[in-house]
Amino acid sequence: MADITHTPAMTLLDRLDREAVASAAPSQGELMRELGIKGRPGWTSRLPPSLAAFVTNPKGMIGVVVLLGLILFSLLGPLFSEYNPQRRAGKPHVAPGYEHVMGTTRMGKDVYTQLAYGGRMSLAVGFGAGLAAALIGLAVGISAGYFGGRIDDVLTFLVNVVLVLPGLPLIIVIASLVESAGPLVIGTVLALTGWGWSARTIRTQTMSLRTREFILSAELMGERKWRIILKEIFPNMLSFFMGGLVLGTISAILAEAALSFIGLGDPNAVTWGTMLYWAQNNMALQLGAWWEIWPPAIAIMLTGAALVMINFAVDEITNPQLKASRKIGRIRRFLARRGRSADVF
Amino acid sequence: MSLAELEARPVLTSNADPVIEMDEVHKEFVLGGAFLNQTFLRALSGVSLKLTRGRALALVGESGSGKSTCARMLARAYEPSAGSIRFHGDDIATFKGQRLQRYRSEVQMVFQDPFGSLNPTQSIGYHLERPIRLHRPELKGKAIEAEMLALLESVGLRPAADYLKRRPHELSGGQRQRVAIARALSVRPQVLLADEPTSMLDVSVRLGILNLLEDLKQQRQLAALYITHDIATARYFAEETAVMYAGHVVEQGPSQEITDNPRHPYTQLLIEAVPNPNRKIAVVPGRRATDIPLWTRSSRGCPFVSRCPRATSVCKETMPKPVSVGPGHTARCHHVAS
Amino acid sequence: MSSDRNLIEVRNLTVDYVGEHSVARAVNGIDFDIREGEAFGLAGESGCGKSTVAFALARLTRLPGLVSGGEVRLNGEDVLKFDKARLKAYRWNEVSFVFQSAMNALNPVIPVSEQIMDVIQTHQPERGKDGARARAVELFELVGIPPGRLDDFPHQFSGGMRQRICIAIALALQPRLIIMDEPTTALDVVVQRDIIEQIVDLKSRMGFSVLFITHDLGLMIEFCDRIGVMYSGRLVEVAPAEAILTNPQHPYTRALGNSFPPLTGPRIRMEGIPGTPPDLRSLPQGCRFSPRCPHAMDICREQDPALRYYPENRSEAACHLLN
Repeated sequence: MADITHTPAMTLLDRLDREAVASAAPSQGELMRELGIKGRPGWTSRLPPSLAAFVTNPKGMIGVVVLLGLILFSLLGPLFSEYNPQRRAGKPHVAPGYEHVMGTTRMGKDVYTQLAYGGRMSLAVGFGAGLAAALIGLAVGISAGYFGGRIDDVLTFLVNVVLVLPGLPLIIVIASLVESAGPLVIGTVLALTGWGWSARTIRTQTMSLRTREFILSAELMGERKWRIILKEIFPNMLSFFMGGLVLGTISAILAEAALSFIGLGDPNAVTWGTMLYWAQNNMALQLGAWWEIWPPAIAIMLTGAALVMINFAVDEITNPQLKASRKIGRIRRFLARRGRSADVF
Repeated sequence: MSLAELEARPVLTSNADPVIEMDEVHKEFVLGGAFLNQTFLRALSGVSLKLTRGRALALVGESGSGKSTCARMLARAYEPSAGSIRFHGDDIATFKGQRLQRYRSEVQMVFQDPFGSLNPTQSIGYHLERPIRLHRPELKGKAIEAEMLALLESVGLRPAADYLKRRPHELSGGQRQRVAIARALSVRPQVLLADEPTSMLDVSVRLGILNLLEDLKQQRQLAALYITHDIATARYFAEETAVMYAGHVVEQGPSQEITDNPRHPYTQLLIEAVPNPNRKIAVVPGRRATDIPLWTRSSRGCPFVSRCPRATSVCKETMPKPVSVGPGHTARCHHVAS
Repeated sequence: MSSDRNLIEVRNLTVDYVGEHSVARAVNGIDFDIREGEAFGLAGESGCGKSTVAFALARLTRLPGLVSGGEVRLNGEDVLKFDKARLKAYRWNEVSFVFQSAMNALNPVIPVSEQIMDVIQTHQPERGKDGARARAVELFELVGIPPGRLDDFPHQFSGGMRQRICIAIALALQPRLIIMDEPTTALDVVVQRDIIEQIVDLKSRMGFSVLFITHDLGLMIEFCDRIGVMYSGRLVEVAPAEAILTNPQHPYTRALGNSFPPLTGPRIRMEGIPGTPPDLRSLPQGCRFSPRCPHAMDICREQDPALRYYPENRSEAACHLLN
């Protein structure tokens, strides 16, 4: 190997000069200040890390607050009203005022009361169906993914059938076969038809988890299969389960509203969906009685939006790239101030 | 034979009965293809190995050599397609029920990936408690915790009490591997199968883990199998080395002998290819490594034929039988160099 | 054979990883040069920052990474200040890269010929389609793959051949520097030797420089002219390759060299390095290696030593023990 004589990268003087170079980086503390990064609030350190991450996530917290507000409204709202949601409470189409805070419907029923009682029903059906669908999806998905072979073939076929059948039309057909499908029936139908997507995601995740060595290690340790599923696999699925739960609930709430809206529900039941049905039927908007339509519509939208925000937060927590992208704006400005641009975003 | 009887046996010398052995084991996997037209991959062909107490055997090979498959077969994750695996003389394929469950505590495995071998959602204590509850029913209550702390200490994780509540992501790769070793030891196995335990660890951490395994092997007289692609660590850790190529054991013998005096052309190629900081890269013109062949049911002859400088027509026809080239040193080659 | 002229000069490079509530400093103000025609290696273990340096030089720093300071000078221009247009001329023409899983980064549904031609036509459109194809044939011959296979798909090649295709793509426009981050780690040792020999051959014929990053110190010493050893975001030693093993100046370099069991000689017990590297979010005052250093003195814990040149060894090291 030929002898390489060379001058070093920097002499001592160069090194001292570099301190003065304008391109010197700010210290870590200065950088944090410039980018607006604050340390984790002290009180969160006592919580498990994922909960702490969720609680400090603005999207998630907004979603939770709104959702809690709606739930509280449904639970406690009826206590503030002396009216019966299914009976006439006053004159038809009274505009919002002192007597009727949100006005009355065409039939003279109090809108506020309907909204509050209806909320109980809509949310109960939505969460109930969402939870049931998520649980069915979990059971089917984990079994298919873990056991493989014949069981997987059979279950995947089932999942595909449920996925391929067009959701809403199927629900419509079933609901129309039952005499007057009350919210309970609708909820059951939604649960039985809505677990497909969840099952498929969980199956894929289980299959990828199954190849991880800690599962093999548990098997080689002689753990029973059910224990492996419950204690080794399921805890790693939580975020997918939560995601499935949230999305399942959204679709259940919207589906219930849609079904009731087109008149397939029980006309005597009071849900946000049936409120919309009656409002439509009674041509509320054309008659100028906006207060009959807007409250249930806004309530449904808010519920959906809140759940979606929670879902975003769960996604962000499980995917660090998404989290980092929140700071893009500040990072771009940091670079621009120094005459530079981003490499890849 | 109960566990108590085995422990009463005196320490054996290296020529003693093996604890576990593979005898002419073949293993095939279905590669795909339609019902009557499937291709079978021969992951192992006629593999014979022995593990004895207090000694380590290194299995050295590249991808597709079958070394990991050997470990999994010894752990009874798969069954042999032909040949047998005997534990103290008993064919392990016959084990069922309670006997099989006891086997699980007699042979334990440590895996390559420190990040994948522990459940990220459970604490370190959980990982140690489960095996103890499953296989050591004599320990109850406080004794279990005492045992867990003792295990953590024995793998060098101190202060042990600190580690019980932690989750895997709070530990470094080396620490996780120590936990994996502690977990394997918690059931007091006789055989420890280490599948590339240091390949995914930082270089400076590897020796610590290998030294730990050496100490534990001696203290507890474990029969160890050490799988690696790095023949230098095989020489460092194991008394014996077996070199595998495309599912065949091509050379076997004392580790130092194998590295000082390799007789099989593949072993020679392997040693020459290993990075050696005492020389500078010299370009050898014309050498192009061909792929390691996919060995199937219908393949014949020596698998190294496509790359071997000494290959002749007999090499394409028949797989050579082991030829003795030194004390305890055999090579499977028709043209073993002198 | 490297000349005395600097191709790339890195000054005070600092890269941070921006977290939710903290900032981890992965690369902490490092300086080094890469000469024309030189193979420069960056050695170190996980978390030392060597891959981060590679990405920064290639202008591929991804969120949450951020180059927060420093300069990378190529012919007097600061690469870090290049705008989009200048970057296009820089990438692949002047500096190209081969990364560890590059062989898996080939698009599986597009024939290899198109992928090579794509690169050529994007960065040198004046060649035209025919010119690009001719160049692709040349490149295949250069890396030793039969040109008849040019239109095959990636999955039809073995791992080693795919990595050679990636090297071919890296050479397509005759760059002056190729950055290689663990180019052979995922390959078997025999294939690895083949590929490294090929790179050496091409390098001597085409005269490009190489920034070679790997954790395999033995391979690095065989292949590189000079090596920089990184620890926890800093360069602790920069020396000619042989000196790293025969005459290490920094305790970390020495300990690293002792972490490789030899293939010859008696079997003796060796020790690695106890302890773990520091948390990059809150680095200790003083030398980062001092908690693990067997020779640490009081000054080591207070003052972070600067990288200094020692003419008698023709190497640089950052250690108070040497003063």
